[in-house]
Amino acid sequence: MKKLISTFILALLIVVPLLGFSSYLMHILIFVIMWAVIGMAWNLLGGYCGQVSFGHAAFFGIGAYTAGILYQKLGMSAWWGLPLSIIVVTFASLIIGFICLRLRGPYFALATLAVGVILRVTAENLVGFTQGDLGIMIRERTWVEKIWYYYIILLIAAVTFYTIRKVIESKLGYYFVAIREDQDAAESLGINTTLYKTVALCLSAAFTGIAGAFYMNYMGYIDPNVVFALHDISIVAIMVVMVGGVATFWGPVIGAIIMVLLAEVIRSIPHLGAAHMTLFGVLLIVIIIFLPNGIAGGLPRIGKRLRMKRVT
Amino acid sequence: MTPAQVEVLLQTLIAGILLGGLYALIGLGMTLIMGVMKIINLAHGELMMVAMYIAYWLFVFFHLDPYISVFIAIPVLFLLGVAIQKFLINPVLRVDSILPQNQVILTVGIGMVLSNLATLFFKSDYRSTPVDYATKAWYLSDLWKNSPIELSLSFAWSVSFVIAVAITVLLWFFLAKTDLGKAIRATAQDADAAVLMGVNVGMMRVITFGLGSSLVGAAGCLFIPIYYLYPTLGGQFTLIAFVTTILGGLGSTVGAIIGGVILGIFESITATYIGMGWAPVGRFIVFVAVLIFLPGGVASILKRRRFGR
Repeated sequence: MKKLISTFILALLIVVPLLGFSSYLMHILIFVIMWAVIGMAWNLLGGYCGQVSFGHAAFFGIGAYTAGILYQKLGMSAWWGLPLSIIVVTFASLIIGFICLRLRGPYFALATLAVGVILRVTAENLVGFTQGDLGIMIRERTWVEKIWYYYIILLIAAVTFYTIRKVIESKLGYYFVAIREDQDAAESLGINTTLYKTVALCLSAAFTGIAGAFYMNYMGYIDPNVVFALHDISIVAIMVVMVGGVATFWGPVIGAIIMVLLAEVIRSIPHLGAAHMTLFGVLLIVIIIFLPNGIAGGLPRIGKRLRMKRVT
Repeated sequence: MTPAQVEVLLQTLIAGILLGGLYALIGLGMTLIMGVMKIINLAHGELMMVAMYIAYWLFVFFHLDPYISVFIAIPVLFLLGVAIQKFLINPVLRVDSILPQNQVILTVGIGMVLSNLATLFFKSDYRSTPVDYATKAWYLSDLWKNSPIELSLSFAWSVSFVIAVAITVLLWFFLAKTDLGKAIRATAQDADAAVLMGVNVGMMRVITFGLGSSLVGAAGCLFIPIYYLYPTLGGQFTLIAFVTTILGGLGSTVGAIIGGVILGIFESITATYIGMGWAPVGRFIVFVAVLIFLPGGVASILKRRRFGR
């Protein structure tokens, strides 16, 4: 039954663009799916393995710059960045993991945050390699139509969803959850926590990196402040998962829909546009206090409360 | 080394130590909160930004010297910290959730709201307080007529440094000698044992958060005569506070002071010899190096010495 739901939704998403949406709506759909990919990737590391990362912009940015530098320096198509970013980002995440995974809990969170900032500053200063603040621009778009971008990101999302589901349902997934619940207990039961945390980080980073490479191809322009942004990438990745539902398969998808739509709606209201960070922050605070496991994770609780009200 | 090179080096070191004293004050606030509550306050820099705006507006409207605003910012920030702890963090500590780091994410939310509200109300202009002593400095040649090298000591920087040191000493006195300070330290060491000894742990947490906020608030007022102010400056200082605490050893107050000074010197050296833009990278190289080679920070060295004797 559950398998059927995901197949059904995938089929629906394949058919949807054939209805002929406007370019703007397609753009929003593409962004929703891209954020769902990043959310799912974050969820694997943060939700299942319990390692809350504040630095997913680092992986997103490395992925985007892999594609961008391929185009800028080697004159290749930036689409080669999609497969190549997997290798580059996995390698980078091994190094980052070696340093950051020594820390636990909130300290890991802050260490990853620092990594994100280090990479941003480095990208700003290595002008010869990354063009610094000028950024990298792809001068010719592959397609004018958005539909092809839509199908590519949909394919990435489907692969991400399927892989993460397989991982979580396998023994590996149970190791991750064991590490999240109690790292010392997991270690005493013979789980090599360092190894599995690194595996979770690499997988999560690789998917985020692909999303970054896709972003480069789709938007056609990146600079360090866009792809290594703390608030616009790292924190939003956390929010997508927190709002949608921590450690659930569909949570990041729900979160991505809410966050992208919310951002679009808020930005379009004239006087509220500048305040979107405040509203995001308030939303985050409210979600954490009242629905700590997100909308998908809190559904049973909400249901129970509604039922109780009906009875009394 | 030629005299000119010595001069640059010494000048860099002086600047580093002065900067380090202020970093220590920022780090102390964070390390206190971290020690007692076991959470990281990621809104730390934003609280400092709030204090800097208080000092700025007091200066603009009442021509109040930023160094006097310290005494206004400390109680205001104390109340702000108490309110955050009481109404936002305490409720989160009670709900159970899948992720244990919810409080940390919560402080991010608080920081986002604070910095965005500042942008809304005060615009994202760069501001500074044009105090008349901003460019005043002492020169070595004034004291020692025919010295081979020339060093200068900025007036504003040294006053800020002295006040930071004074506040640090007061804090040490408070933590070491008063009953309240002892109760806070007991809570940091073992919250359960503290409860058994009759310490009101919940109260101590609220007070500590207030205290940590007021320390960083004082640092903000000390920074404004020598720095500039913009709404999103908080994030940068949150990271500085964090690197300082990691460098010093988590939850160690002495460590935070030493860590702050080391960080200040290192940053000043990077800025002089490699380039201004790279100073933040230098900061994080320290951070990464400490994590790899000295995971316990300066505090672990201090502890080893003490037990070795």
